[in-house]
Amino acid sequence: MTITASPAEPAAIVARLDHPAARVLTRRHRWRWWEALPWAAAIGCYFAFPDYLGFGAELLIAILFALSLDLALGYAGIITLGHAAFFGAGAYAVGMLAFYGIWTEPITSLLLAAMAAAVVGLLSGLVLLRTRGLTLLMLTICTMALLQESANMAHDYTGGFDGLPSLPIAPVFGVFEFNPLYANTQYVYALAVLAVCFLFVRTLVYSPFGQSLTGIRENLLRMHAIGSPVRSRLVICYTISAAIAGIAGGLWAQTNAYVNLSAFDLDRAAGVLIILILGGYGRLYGAFVGAIVYLALEHFLARIYPTAWQLGLGLLLVLIALFARNGILGLGEALWRRYGATLSGRYRAGRAAS
Amino acid sequence: MTEPRLETRALGRSFGALKAVQNIDFKLEAGARHALIGPNGAGKTTFINLLTGVLPPTTGSVLLAGRDITATAQAERVKLGIARTFQINRLFRGLSVLENVCIAVAERVGAAPAMFYPAGRRADVIEESMRLLETLKLADVARRRVSELPYGRQRLVELAITIGLKPAVLLLDEPAAGVPSAESHIILDAIEGLPKDIAVLIIEHDMDVVFRFAKRVTVMVGGAVFAEGAPKEIEANPQVRAVYLGQAGHGAGRQADHA
Repeated sequence: MTITASPAEPAAIVARLDHPAARVLTRRHRWRWWEALPWAAAIGCYFAFPDYLGFGAELLIAILFALSLDLALGYAGIITLGHAAFFGAGAYAVGMLAFYGIWTEPITSLLLAAMAAAVVGLLSGLVLLRTRGLTLLMLTICTMALLQESANMAHDYTGGFDGLPSLPIAPVFGVFEFNPLYANTQYVYALAVLAVCFLFVRTLVYSPFGQSLTGIRENLLRMHAIGSPVRSRLVICYTISAAIAGIAGGLWAQTNAYVNLSAFDLDRAAGVLIILILGGYGRLYGAFVGAIVYLALEHFLARIYPTAWQLGLGLLLVLIALFARNGILGLGEALWRRYGATLSGRYRAGRAAS
Repeated sequence: MTEPRLETRALGRSFGALKAVQNIDFKLEAGARHALIGPNGAGKTTFINLLTGVLPPTTGSVLLAGRDITATAQAERVKLGIARTFQINRLFRGLSVLENVCIAVAERVGAAPAMFYPAGRRADVIEESMRLLETLKLADVARRRVSELPYGRQRLVELAITIGLKPAVLLLDEPAAGVPSAESHIILDAIEGLPKDIAVLIIEHDMDVVFRFAKRVTVMVGGAVFAEGAPKEIEANPQVRAVYLGQAGHGAGRQADHA
């Protein structure tokens, strides 16, 4: 037995790539039919619920924010409770540029928000990502708190505790105005931004780079031992994740036409983490499912039980932690593995019989 | 004469007052099959950690093909051709066996930093990884999660990842540790099937493995080289027997001790 490469014959190469394990890898990035569902639903909601488009835009922004966290936490395994640092950086970049009349064009503003957040992500990441676990968790919270307090102290520029109200955001493409009463522009705009960012993140997680992030999450020491520049990979991932969180923050500032210190809140950082845990992390679509469940609970349960809705959320989290570690999507996958095969088997058997 | 593949000069590492490794001059030639033995706590794994750059040495230097790599970072040394397996498996447990190897191969061929095309399009990486699994008789479990495999086959995956790096120097830290003896032959077969040119250093407690595999043996005791020689010489060395083999025992020739 030798392990040196022999001049490979084409038939053997084809056979190897046709092995079930290889097929999983060569086809994983292909689009599945069900991946159209969330987008079809989002477009459908635009027509079905015209009165809820403001809520819808909020939901889309929450999805985008959770998606950015999924890249860092779900794929690279960076444990963070301070992701609102980047959301806030993006929100304040958009807010201050608009409030002082420096830059109000929405799409380029979002790019600037992404850059501002990326700078914060890069600088903090270079320091933070030398640590792991609980230390890292605490430092991410510290970074966020520092930014929030800086925004509070610099009230001459940031409006301090009151924030910056009535941001003059220019119409999208110079045509579509943001109207606070009828949020259809906000909704479509947020959906388009989400779609672009989603395509980017999806490409990234299925790329060799994304695969190496998964490797870092699964076994850091092994990645070092195969010669992977682990820290720079993590910093790059964290910076990209920060940029996307910044875009979410920028969108939030634009669609609400204000920014305030709540952009940097620990509540917000915890909320997005809960969204990801609810939906299932490391799965791309966990952000969608989690955000829908979380915001629906907040929106509707809070209306019925204004003081106690978080009790319901807490119960749900306990259930998830006990019975569905991989979130709602993970639960779905497990059920599908268990029963889906027999269902589709029966379906095929039924068709064969008829 | 060509340079040895790997060489250390007066290499040492202290942890506070404890000299875990001291003053080691060591050479590993191309194609070497070298075993490193010694009682627990002799500093064998620390020595490997110094060679791979996990720990910086307190004294001395490490040379790879004549080039001083003492200050070279761990990841960089892997690129230069030093690969290792761990005493305890370090695998991507949630991923398939094939993907475990693919990650290593992708890193070696320089595909890993690429962001804008799917990993699945690197048929070369997947094909090479699959071929490696075939030679290690792991093809039948290629699709399974590593965590679902019996321990012996997990050890093989550990080996597969390392071989996927195409190292010039391979450091095996107790490759058969924890593997039931009924399965250990698959590991040994795999090690014997390694390309002849690779310089292999193996830490092993099982003397049958050592004497079957190694052409040369180094004995470490208390952080220093205690003896070095051909397996026969080591086996016959009374001092080595006293500190090490005497306890572990190696069957043949032991009766002579009573004299």
